[in-house]
Amino acid sequence: MLNNGDVILSVKDLHVKFSLRGKVLNAIRGISLDLYKGESLAIVGESGSGKSVFTKNFIGLLDKNGWVDSGQILYYGMDAQNPVDLAKYKKEEEWQKIRGKEVAMVMQDPMTSLNPLKTIGWQIEEALKLHQGLHGEAAAKKAVEILQDVGIPEAERRAKQYPHEFSGGMRQRVVIAIAMACNPQILICDEPTTALDVTIQAQILQLIRNLKEKYGLTTIYITHDLGVVANVADRIAVMYAGDIVEVGTCEEVFYDPRHPYTWALLSSLPQLGIKGEDLYAIKGTPPNLFNVIRGDAFAPRNPRALKIDFEHRPPYFDISPTHKARTWLLDPRAPKVEPPEIIRHIRNIHVGGIEE
Amino acid sequence: MIDYTNREVLCSVRDMEVTFGKGRKAFVAVKGVNFDIYKGETFGLVGESGSGKTTIGRAIIRINPISAGEVLFKGQRISGKISKEMDKMVTQKIQMIFQDPMASLNERAKVDYIVSEGLINVHPDMKKEEREERVSKALSDVGLLPEFATRFPHEFSGGQRQRIGIARALIMEPEFIIADEPISALDVSIRAQVLNLMSKLQKERGLTYLFIAHDLSVMRFITDRIAVIHKGVIVELAETEKLYAHPLHPYTQALLSAIPMPDPDNEKKKVVKVYDPGVHHYENDPPRWIEIEEGHFIMANSEEEAKYREILSR
Repeated sequence: MLNNGDVILSVKDLHVKFSLRGKVLNAIRGISLDLYKGESLAIVGESGSGKSVFTKNFIGLLDKNGWVDSGQILYYGMDAQNPVDLAKYKKEEEWQKIRGKEVAMVMQDPMTSLNPLKTIGWQIEEALKLHQGLHGEAAAKKAVEILQDVGIPEAERRAKQYPHEFSGGMRQRVVIAIAMACNPQILICDEPTTALDVTIQAQILQLIRNLKEKYGLTTIYITHDLGVVANVADRIAVMYAGDIVEVGTCEEVFYDPRHPYTWALLSSLPQLGIKGEDLYAIKGTPPNLFNVIRGDAFAPRNPRALKIDFEHRPPYFDISPTHKARTWLLDPRAPKVEPPEIIRHIRNIHVGGIEE
Repeated sequence: MIDYTNREVLCSVRDMEVTFGKGRKAFVAVKGVNFDIYKGETFGLVGESGSGKTTIGRAIIRINPISAGEVLFKGQRISGKISKEMDKMVTQKIQMIFQDPMASLNERAKVDYIVSEGLINVHPDMKKEEREERVSKALSDVGLLPEFATRFPHEFSGGQRQRIGIARALIMEPEFIIADEPISALDVSIRAQVLNLMSKLQKERGLTYLFIAHDLSVMRFITDRIAVIHKGVIVELAETEKLYAHPLHPYTQALLSAIPMPDPDNEKKKVVKVYDPGVHHYENDPPRWIEIEEGHFIMANSEEEAKYREILSR
């Protein structure tokens, strides 16, 4: 058995490629990352940065034209001494032992991820049959329990209803309920709140946090918005062009970010905007991953890039045992570059007084 | 403190009600909506899905007919039955930017046609050369290359498509733009670009915006005043800073508390407020739309009014 804080999943120098229109796209360019049991990791990046592709490797959902080119994905959840290498999994039968039971996923859009022709209860029972071997009465009872667990009122009556009778937030709760019915060790949430209202978003985030505490789940939270992860993440990994450019605890990434791309992401948050002044906007577009990338992938969009950024890919520099970043700025020979003024005051911003 | 007494009102909404369906199936989406939008300001309208915020925007621009009340533009009524010239004026002076740039552009038309369609309708006798010139000017105004005119929408990224949507509105030389969640479908880094573009255009052309959004996180940065709408009724309206500093209505407070902030220490301690309409006791004492302090309106009954006044006097 793994204890909280043990490595549950270890990705080693992972390269993932896609074949597209006769060309090869380098979607993941050498990522190494450990995931610890019981933690909540947020993966943050723009569309196209590879954050979804990266996590799809853990559950065998990579599109047909994509493959793991090299590297390992060691999963310790089934046997702590003898990890399995998910990167070698090819067949559906192999994946079925992992998918759902070990690693489950909650997709972005709750409108399209449920079957409109089956009742909510049926859809949860289906997962219970497959993964927990429950049938009939027992499965129905368990399904209602899980619905209560994810905060759906009048669960017994609601279990007999169809998806169209549920609001967006409620549907997302149902999707989470189905994932939870498999009793997974790792729950991947891919932009779970993007399609939802803010007040509902806050409730879903709270729910994921509660489930994590209650069941000792390990959660991976994927989003393009750094602004929403401050209260869900223990650790944050910032992705850019198929690579993790910075990883650290939530506090380290928000209060002491080191990579220019993390600076840029933080600076562009509208929450930090000052009225009458322009918001910080990242210039240009992400690089074309069909091409071989030289140096630091963010250099062409970084107004303060160093000469070496265009020539050699930076290695990781450790800032603390939990915090590292791939930028030449951390090299002892680099000139001193201060982070932008606006993000140095992140601690002091507030939304205004909400008093009784 | 902005002096509103001497400012010119561009658009007024008076007791607006919008009903969908008829008879027993009738559904009142918006009722008793009142506000003025001043020339040159950005007026924010915030509410959740289904609150009727988009319906209000569409009713102003005459897409949805209103069932009661009226809409005034520069002092003239533009709702209900109006003359042909008036209708043409509205089409030209009020333009809309839509939420989803993937869905709001005609997939089968080239950018040139998408951007100039409004011109063709309003000025059918305009020369082709002049129209083309206006299109390339509009495109470069929003930071796109004039060459893009010959391409199709699918060749563009989300941010670029939203710029095309803005160019399409700009070419009509409008005075008033209704922006319906223009950045909700965009990546965070692209949001900043589009917001900056909108504020640049506002400064250069003295545009007035009605900015519709479902959350308050961007609103503080771009709006001058904000109206909060809940289930078809505006519950609070105030200057942006005032609303953030002293949100009075419990629904406004719930919306504000739900804004995610990039600050882990405070965010992890935060308690999100949930709005429960049961806190109001409106059975015997119905709420009215009152001005609780200058420029700060709220939906409250007499009991709540007394409570809010007490909070403000502290």
